[in-house]
Amino acid sequence: FAGLADVSISEDIPVEGEISVPVGSHSPDEDYSTLDEPVKDTIMRDLKAVGKKFVHVMYPKKSSALLRDWDLWGPLVLCVSLALMLQGGSADSKEDGGPQFAEVFVIIWFGAVVITLNSKLLGGTISFFQSLCVLGYCVLPLTVAMLVCRLVLLAGSGTVSFIVRLIVVMAMFGWSTLASTAFLADSQPPNRKALVVYPIFLFYFVISWMILTFTPQ
Amino acid sequence: PARPALCLLAEFADAASLLAANPDATTISIEEPADGTKSQRGRQQEPGREEDDELLGTDDSDKTELLAGQKKSAPFWTFEYYQTFFDVDTYQVLDRIKGSVFPVPGRNFVRLYIRSNPDLYGPFWICTTLVFAIAVSGNLSNFFIHLGKPTYHYVPEFRKVSIAATTIFAYAWLVPLALWGFLMWRNSKVMNIVSYSFLEIVCVYGYSLFVYIPTAILWIIPQKVVRWVLVMFSLCLSGSVLVMTFWPAVRDDNRRIALATVGAIILLHALLSVGCLAYFFDAPEVDFSAPIVPAHNGTTLIKAQ
Repeated sequence: FAGLADVSISEDIPVEGEISVPVGSHSPDEDYSTLDEPVKDTIMRDLKAVGKKFVHVMYPKKSSALLRDWDLWGPLVLCVSLALMLQGGSADSKEDGGPQFAEVFVIIWFGAVVITLNSKLLGGTISFFQSLCVLGYCVLPLTVAMLVCRLVLLAGSGTVSFIVRLIVVMAMFGWSTLASTAFLADSQPPNRKALVVYPIFLFYFVISWMILTFTPQ
Repeated sequence: PARPALCLLAEFADAASLLAANPDATTISIEEPADGTKSQRGRQQEPGREEDDELLGTDDSDKTELLAGQKKSAPFWTFEYYQTFFDVDTYQVLDRIKGSVFPVPGRNFVRLYIRSNPDLYGPFWICTTLVFAIAVSGNLSNFFIHLGKPTYHYVPEFRKVSIAATTIFAYAWLVPLALWGFLMWRNSKVMNIVSYSFLEIVCVYGYSLFVYIPTAILWIIPQKVVRWVLVMFSLCLSGSVLVMTFWPAVRDDNRRIALATVGAIILLHALLSVGCLAYFFDAPEVDFSAPIVPAHNGTTLIKAQ
């Protein structure tokens, strides 16, 4: 304290200026500026995020991007397109036909919720919506399989087409299950991993069954 | 002036930690008589019953009773309360499934495997798997049976999934509820040695349904004799698990009521099995000729129907 005793502020030095907190490189400016950006930018940003997650699903490396920035757009699009493609088979069902649109929708979403609850009850550390996001996005290989099946069925519906469809569906089922367990297995307690993986297996098995048994009228 | 307050706070902290330790001790002494003395009374009263289930793992059952008293203490509106029903590891679930498929005569499934840690994971996922196994197998079986016919057009029969789900989940929850209510009622009249909580009964019923999963898959084989042999075999296995569990709970009762209870358990189980076979699996055609198929339990059956 002693050394500062003879410091004095002379009246020549202006004590004025702006006191402004330097804004951080990201948050407040971007939040405000997204109101002003063109709508195309907003939509493209979300679409790019969804597309990036699709790529992550098709090449499942252990990246945390899928988990961190979860969104449910991708699962919604996949679910709706899968349910639409499963229509048109036995639409005039006098007997039991294929699943209706609402049934596919309910199975996918209700099944994903139940699996998420199951993994959380078993002590998993993943959050609810992150898990829904992963399970929904990993339906992508099966949606591709459905597309391929419908194309193959356009060509014919004999034994050869059935074998082709069987192989495609089985491969995509394996891909879906492996992709989702790659993302979800790490968040589980180590001695309960199989307890969490089995319901995921069952979930994708049921969806694969619906795809494989699709028969157009 | 602040120091005495800090000292008081420290003392309170110590006292609080001591109090935190004490309720556990208090809990132990309170919880034990509710479950433990019943089995102890049983041991003193009935020394001659070698097949008595309480003899199995006595020390462990005491310890697990104590642990059970400390476990489910979260209020029912919190998530942690429901997590206590999923407190099982993979090997435990596999052990319980093994115990339901290979019942050891004289060993009680509840005492041996569940040991005061009933879980809802097993019953729920076994029921779900069974629902889809029955629906898928039924569909496949009908497909193979009607394959050669010109007028047959394959339908996925998706309605049957919801019917199967309703049936199996209703069975797995309502029958244990009724049985538990009945056992509670009898318990108020006749002091039984063994009593089960509702969750333990649900657990036993859930795991006992496991053997129907491979049975349902094997029902794809379109042979009447094979199917009925499978029905009998699976009924024996899962029925024996149920009988060995519930016989000790009713044997101290009136003889006729005890036999009627066990008979009703087996009858309902058989009804489930036969009903599923009849509804989801079309009967194989009378003139359906098939190659000789070795049956499930090893004897070869000749088909020439």
